[in-house]
Amino acid sequence: MIAGTNYIGKSTRRVDGIKKVTGQAPYIAEFNPADLVHGYVINSRIAKGKITSIHREKALKVPGVREIFTHENVPLEVKIDSDYTDPLSPPGSPFRPLYDDKILYNGQPIALIVADTFETAAFAAGLVEVEYEEEDHGEVDLKKNLEQATHEDVPDPAEPRGNAEDAFEDSESKIEAEYYQPREYHNPMEPFASVASWNEEEGSFSIYDKIQGVSSSQGYIAGIFNLEKEKVRVISPFIGGAFGSGLRPQYQLFFAAMASKALKLPVKVVMTRTQMFTFGHRPACLQRVKLSADKTGKLTSIQHEAFSETSKFEKFNETIVDWSGLMYECENVKLDYQLVPLDVYTPMDMRAPGGSTGIFALECAMDELAIETGIDPLELRLINYAEKDQNENKPFSSKELKACYQRAAEKFGWQNRKPEPRSNKQGNKLVGYGMATGVWEAMQQKSSAKAILTAGGKLTVSSGTADIGTGTYTIMSQIAAEMLGISLENVEFKLGDSTLPEAPIEGGSWTASSVGSAVKLVCSKLQETIFAMAAQTNTDIFENKLIENAVFSNGEISVGNSTAIPYVEIIKAAGKKSIEVEVNSEPEDDRSNYSCYSHSCVMVEVHVDEDTGMISVPRVVNAIAGGKILNPKTAESQIIGGVAWGIGMALEEEGMMDSRNGRIMNANLAEYHVAVHADVQEIDVIFVEEQDDIVNPLGAKGLGELGIVGVASAISNALYNATGKRVRELPFTLDKVL
Amino acid sequence: MNNISFTRAENIEGAIKKANNKQGKVKFIGGGTNLLDLMKYRVENPDHLIDINELKLSKIESTEVGGLLLGATVTNADTAYHEEVEQRYPLLSKAMLAAASTQLRNMATNGGNLLQRTRCYYFYDTSTPCNKREPGSGCSALEGFNRIHAILGESEHCIASHPSDMAVALAALDATVKVTGEEEGHRSIPILEFHRLPGDTPHIETNLKDGELITGIELPKKGFPEHYAYIKVRDRPSYAFALVSVAAALELDGEEITDIRIALGGVAHKPWRKPEVEKEYYGKKASRENFEALAEKLIEGATGYGDNDFKIPLAKKTIVRALTEAIEK
Repeated sequence: MIAGTNYIGKSTRRVDGIKKVTGQAPYIAEFNPADLVHGYVINSRIAKGKITSIHREKALKVPGVREIFTHENVPLEVKIDSDYTDPLSPPGSPFRPLYDDKILYNGQPIALIVADTFETAAFAAGLVEVEYEEEDHGEVDLKKNLEQATHEDVPDPAEPRGNAEDAFEDSESKIEAEYYQPREYHNPMEPFASVASWNEEEGSFSIYDKIQGVSSSQGYIAGIFNLEKEKVRVISPFIGGAFGSGLRPQYQLFFAAMASKALKLPVKVVMTRTQMFTFGHRPACLQRVKLSADKTGKLTSIQHEAFSETSKFEKFNETIVDWSGLMYECENVKLDYQLVPLDVYTPMDMRAPGGSTGIFALECAMDELAIETGIDPLELRLINYAEKDQNENKPFSSKELKACYQRAAEKFGWQNRKPEPRSNKQGNKLVGYGMATGVWEAMQQKSSAKAILTAGGKLTVSSGTADIGTGTYTIMSQIAAEMLGISLENVEFKLGDSTLPEAPIEGGSWTASSVGSAVKLVCSKLQETIFAMAAQTNTDIFENKLIENAVFSNGEISVGNSTAIPYVEIIKAAGKKSIEVEVNSEPEDDRSNYSCYSHSCVMVEVHVDEDTGMISVPRVVNAIAGGKILNPKTAESQIIGGVAWGIGMALEEEGMMDSRNGRIMNANLAEYHVAVHADVQEIDVIFVEEQDDIVNPLGAKGLGELGIVGVASAISNALYNATGKRVRELPFTLDKVL
Repeated sequence: MNNISFTRAENIEGAIKKANNKQGKVKFIGGGTNLLDLMKYRVENPDHLIDINELKLSKIESTEVGGLLLGATVTNADTAYHEEVEQRYPLLSKAMLAAASTQLRNMATNGGNLLQRTRCYYFYDTSTPCNKREPGSGCSALEGFNRIHAILGESEHCIASHPSDMAVALAALDATVKVTGEEEGHRSIPILEFHRLPGDTPHIETNLKDGELITGIELPKKGFPEHYAYIKVRDRPSYAFALVSVAAALELDGEEITDIRIALGGVAHKPWRKPEVEKEYYGKKASRENFEALAEKLIEGATGYGDNDFKIPLAKKTIVRALTEAIEK
């Protein structure tokens, strides 16, 4: 079956681009149903203890204030028999806003003021006096609470192999190091927002929510209010960035829904920027790595242990240490992962969760081993190249990492690296080169999709997935247009609505792979339907023809050298207005016999001012093996975005929590530094050819996470090359290299 | 709602009269780039805002003594890119362009820049003690996060630093702040006497009196266009405040120093300068050894509070670097 209109693999502008740049793409806080009222959340100022009183009187007197909800007057129905879990709840019991007087973390939402305007609600919030009884300052410092580390309810990492401890002792070259990563906060451009409308007659909710999967919010609200899922409709058409923070429903959703049902009015709750620091975040993590090698640089042992923070009510876990058993060939491996419960909110996934953390430590350690053995860092990685996944004892579905190393090295000029630190100078600047390997799992989930082709020649494909800015609308439209052989303008892709066919929550870089496979499948079913319908009315042409002989191109079907028949005519001839098919797509069985990963090689140049320690990253090359690239334009943007974030993660990002009160002291974008334009200079993205017939029917691996993985390690390694100083604690601020 | 009056003043006399006649807290507002943020954080809670953008303070003019008068409501961007500022006072232009971001510089005014308040984390967070925000409540930064805090001239009551870049260049240039008030009429305050050290009154940051309005900043004739440097050491190359900044200006006769000015930002509650130390180097050679000795003396007595210890050696290195760059120009 050959399609004549080729879109897959071609650089294509975003189909929603015009809408976005002209302000016609509505974001959640822009929905304003009639009679809307506004909620403003008050947050706790202590980390641990209880509320002794909340004085609402003054605030209630403010004209325009409708109600103030606290744990004392919240409707009972959200306390009794309510289930607050969501599809991605980790082990433990999820946070329940306004459940009682207990304070579990600083920043905890403790009241909602509802008023006619946002400004009135925000003003009145300042008049609410809250008295607390502080139990103690709370435990918020990971390093000071390592003795609380636990394996309980923590998934075991990959099985140990060989005897890493003995091999380490017996080896000639060895390194041992500790790496630390602070809390990081997502801060997407769009703050979290929900608009909820309760329909008393129908007993149903209509909700606009910022979420990476409408099914997540739907299940959450249905569980809290004991409703059938069908009674909760969630819509989320555009998302101004989320990066994992929208994988789980956030507290503004609860507040909007609760207040709407109680007041019988539509309620909007939007978080302030400061409140964007009062829920999930990338957890602080301490890692210890021991590596050893023989004279030739062959790894003789790998030991990697990680201590990651979680809340005291949920055990949030990530895959941090397993990468160390996967990336390099080694017979002796020992991995350990523990969680340290602290008085903070439950951490959550942030771009390349676990991967960007674990690889940071492993790839810095590999560089330290390269220095120790006197082997070029790139050469050391090639010496230890893993041809199969030793964690799982499976072959890779595809792995063009060697091509990544080679192409990155060529483009970057790796051969010009001077191994001796401080030996490359440009004026007052010390120049350093560094590299790291990146990796991410290529996952696929079950997904559904529906396609409708009308007698007017328009194709609408839909799936309840999300576009978090990655280009889902665009690549799904491309796949559908190519499959059916119709122009992109005649294709519409719908997403972000819980009434659409169910799709997985948008995360893990699996949307292109999962939803893309469903879209491909539903379009091939549509091809079959068109073929069958055409064959019925054109028996002469289609006699003895199989669908494999059919060509779907330019809105027409043809077989062999026959005259092409427009779909429009086929549908009309059948006396129909449209044809419709729906499918459920699942990963193929064969996939489980393989390990499916995407890989990358990151090379960076850093400049360090010899006097001031100021660091810049003038050049990054990131070579990617990500299977079939569906849209090079959006794919490149994904990787550039990942690299830019990696630069910020390396040099700037740090949530500064004061251990005296568990409060984030830099909860704004002036003091919580992320990379600015001036930080992000030349970034070269290279996609290497990678054929993969196993990973999924599209051969695509997903690129959302991979771009950031390895960037911080490459920068750390380059800093060592530039200055001779090894920085193992993120972020690498100038005082650490001086 | 929080009732705030907002009035637009039409002339200087009117603005001052308005300020003095109002009951409650009065603030003049120019660009509002810092004031509005502080109001949102409920750190500043004025009862009255008097908009001064209509006053005739938006010009840059030559003075009779050959200097330049920068109007109080001229934006930072317009000042930095003003031809005469660029040519005669490039140190000021460079410092101003190192500040904030393009958008902020387009809004922020010269008068407001001098009155911007510290970036101390605790000052902004009303749930923590802060002597500057709430006198007598204590200083949270002493034993808290103090990486961006002062190492010189601080007190046990406050270790906040002044965030301005412009003021640092003005300090090096010996600028004068022109103010007008009801009681004392027009007066001039030398820039080094404009801002105060915290002492036991960190909430009083300048020697401006109640109801006094900054009308302009006067630059003296001498602008050091030949030998100058502004080096701003910060955590990212844009939209970040100085950890340490150095404004250096020299006049040379051959290799001999005939005039030398060094002002530091990010290290104290005000732009930090020691003219008496500078004078010791008049007539001396513009050499690295002398610069190092001078740096040592300027930073003498500096105290670190943990996170900001690195500023002490960093300030010294940056002074030497700035002076070296200045003489190489």
